[in-house]
Amino acid sequence: MSTGLIEGKTARRRLPWGPMARMAGRRALFAAPVLLAVTFGVFAVADASPFDPVKAYTGTAGLTASQENLDQIRANLGVDQPLTTRWWNWLTAALTGDFGDSSVMRQPVADVIAERMGWSVLLAASAFLIAIVLGTALGVLAARRQGGWLDRCASAAAYTLEAAPAFWLGLLAIWFFALELGVLPAGGLTDTASDVITPGQVASHLVLPAAVLGISQLPWFFLYVRQGVADALDEDPVRGARARGLSETSVLLGHALRSGMLPMLTLIGSRVPELITGALLVETVFSWPGIAAATVEAATSVDFPLLAALTVLATTAVLLGNLLSDLLYGLADPRVGFDG
Amino acid sequence: MSARPIRPIRSTRSTRSIRSLAALTTAAALTVGAAGCSNPESGASGGQGEGESAVVGIAYEPESLSPLLGFGKDGNSKIFDGLLALDGDMALKPALAAALPEVSEDGLTYTYKLRQGVKFSDGKPFSAKDVVFTYRTILDAKTNNASKSELDAIKDIRATGDGTVVFTLKYPYAPFAQRTVLPIAPEHIAAKQDVNTGPFTTKPIGTGPYTLTGWSKGEKISFKANPSYWGGEPKVKKFTMAIIKDDDVRATRLRAGDLDGAILPPNLAEGFKSDKAKKTHAAKTYDYRTVTLPGGNKVAKDQAVRQALDIAVDRQTMVDQILEGAGKPAYGPVPTGSEWFTEGTERTHDLERAKKILDDAGWKPGKDGIRAKDGVRAEFPLWYLSGDRLRQDHALAYASDAKKAGISIKTQAGTWEVIQPRMKTDAVLAGGGAPGDPDFDQYLLLTSSLAGDGFNNMAWYDNPVVDKALEKGRESGKKAERKAAYDTVQRELVKNPGYTFLTHIDHLYVVDDSWDGLTTQIEPHDHGLASGPWWNVEDWTPKGTKK
Repeated sequence: MSTGLIEGKTARRRLPWGPMARMAGRRALFAAPVLLAVTFGVFAVADASPFDPVKAYTGTAGLTASQENLDQIRANLGVDQPLTTRWWNWLTAALTGDFGDSSVMRQPVADVIAERMGWSVLLAASAFLIAIVLGTALGVLAARRQGGWLDRCASAAAYTLEAAPAFWLGLLAIWFFALELGVLPAGGLTDTASDVITPGQVASHLVLPAAVLGISQLPWFFLYVRQGVADALDEDPVRGARARGLSETSVLLGHALRSGMLPMLTLIGSRVPELITGALLVETVFSWPGIAAATVEAATSVDFPLLAALTVLATTAVLLGNLLSDLLYGLADPRVGFDG
Repeated sequence: MSARPIRPIRSTRSTRSIRSLAALTTAAALTVGAAGCSNPESGASGGQGEGESAVVGIAYEPESLSPLLGFGKDGNSKIFDGLLALDGDMALKPALAAALPEVSEDGLTYTYKLRQGVKFSDGKPFSAKDVVFTYRTILDAKTNNASKSELDAIKDIRATGDGTVVFTLKYPYAPFAQRTVLPIAPEHIAAKQDVNTGPFTTKPIGTGPYTLTGWSKGEKISFKANPSYWGGEPKVKKFTMAIIKDDDVRATRLRAGDLDGAILPPNLAEGFKSDKAKKTHAAKTYDYRTVTLPGGNKVAKDQAVRQALDIAVDRQTMVDQILEGAGKPAYGPVPTGSEWFTEGTERTHDLERAKKILDDAGWKPGKDGIRAKDGVRAEFPLWYLSGDRLRQDHALAYASDAKKAGISIKTQAGTWEVIQPRMKTDAVLAGGGAPGDPDFDQYLLLTSSLAGDGFNNMAWYDNPVVDKALEKGRESGKKAERKAAYDTVQRELVKNPGYTFLTHIDHLYVVDDSWDGLTTQIEPHDHGLASGPWWNVEDWTPKGTKK
């Protein structure tokens, strides 16, 4: 990674791998008790919920089943055991790589996750990309002419969107694009009549959910970038650059944006939990066969193994997001360092 | 990050690294996303003619597709066949059996001769051992099948040779043959896996007219015609059931052309009346709405109160107003017009007589018009399932009719988790009903020993005459004796109506007029995948093709 600059003898820049690795290690140690507590919490909350796993498991057949029959199923599913036993059994099995069987999907938990993970990642990554690219672009444009019409419109829209729940945006989008205009499909991964998953089909079905999820995340990026760039525009380096007669584009992108981006780096990490909850709602609204839709099913059916595995996954994603943003921040601003 | 390349004047190490890191992360995310794009449920598609593909919208999704766990137990499972099947008139006909069973004189032994030359869709032959395996597995305590009590009567099942299966019963169970519409699973596949969680539960193999091409949970189930089906290859080659829980969304997708047919509530089906390209099919049903009058409630258990409510309620208005005509008044679990219905048990709406019954029994009106007897006010709560419009409407109409007779009923919405613990003392607006044999529904609904057993006998109904008649109807092999027994039950329900039956509901289906041969069976309360005009989609003929 040559900088192309002559700065004494260090022609090559090296990342501070040592401190970064130590930080990652400390975080990993910290993650273990967090995950333990979270999984136990999930078991406890699900156990205290009014939903009955046997009723969810048996569905309509359960309404005419005999009590003896239902009790037998309760025992077969292992949900008649005390909370701590169930949690411990799950935990010890999970540590050996056996995540158990999902009672609602009637599949091993590992299969459920493997089948659905890709679709969720595709959706979340597209949405994140939309939010970051669009948010940054709009933020820079708005900061350039603060108080201009674009700034005022975009800021007003951003505050409104910040307050709008993702599922409401989703329903609105379905109503407008799928029902009124009829240009985009309302839900699913492919057309109902089609069994074959083609890239074209998926792309057209991805547009609405990804746009809705992306747009629901966009205001944060927009507002951060706008503020950061606006502040940077008042700072010395920018003044210096302008004084040297650099083009406005160079000043804006090369100087102001670069220092204005710093706060956004922390944002990327901290938006991960929001992205996950947003995906939860968006996947449900759009019947997107991802991991988040499965979470909702698992929760309402009190499907302990699936619920616990998904929570571990979500928690890990959040912890990784935090780690990533701290690493990025430490890299961007050496004063912060990697002590966290 | 910005799409434009940033040309640095004074590069710092950190920004460069950030940029490459961010690019790396994005690339990684996209790669993982793309890797996930493999199709877990690929299937054949191709040039299909008009009418060779059908997509229908249904409201309920099966929990599992394994017959061992209860899928398709009442027939029409598409993927599987039972020993017997029910035709359009609900008469039994042979399917995997070559003929109807031979029943021994004492009604304890049923012998089925099996159809020869039938193959599962994987090419392996079907034989008696598959039948024995299926029934034995269902009855096994380790199998999580919530409907196994329907097979309680079975003592033993044996194969005698490859072509004959013999069932021995614990007691003479007259409607047993109807239970054998239950689908048969292949032993060579299902026996090698965990019955509750193995892949067979989501990727089943059967002998039926269709094979499963994909099941995307919560979204759709897709089938394609089984070219080697013993009953002939279906003409509708591709059949998809979209699972759409919301009625409005289902109607919209039907209108948009995404669906070829759908089940709809009466008010939404109404909107398709003027559409010449679509036909509305109204299926007659055993699906009733009833109010439980629990034996644990001081007011509701009173025979006079029960009788008064039974005639104070205006059933015809409910049919006209709530069901928009798509249904009929219900006087018991058996719908009028069924061969098992007891003529003369119809009740006429008679508010004056209801008041007189209450007056005579000592329920005197108070200042606010609500009656009381011995210091007990004539009031009780009535629960309905929250979110169920139809039940809510019925509950409100019932409470309003009761009020006119001087009985105060407070309607309350709740989920089953809230309602179930209260069923012994609080009234519930319940639904139920199973077509075919009267034993199926009535035994569970009215037998006193089943009071409080799960959702069976929700009203804690306790009437020794009814108990005896139900046993008789269950065990007697003679049709006339059985008819007399169920007549007794229905007459007892006039004398002591522990449930106020309100309506039998028609199920409405709107379907594109692109096929010939669409009929409906008489449908049960639970009308999922097996009901609707598509109960026999394998027999549909696309319009304009040669029969």
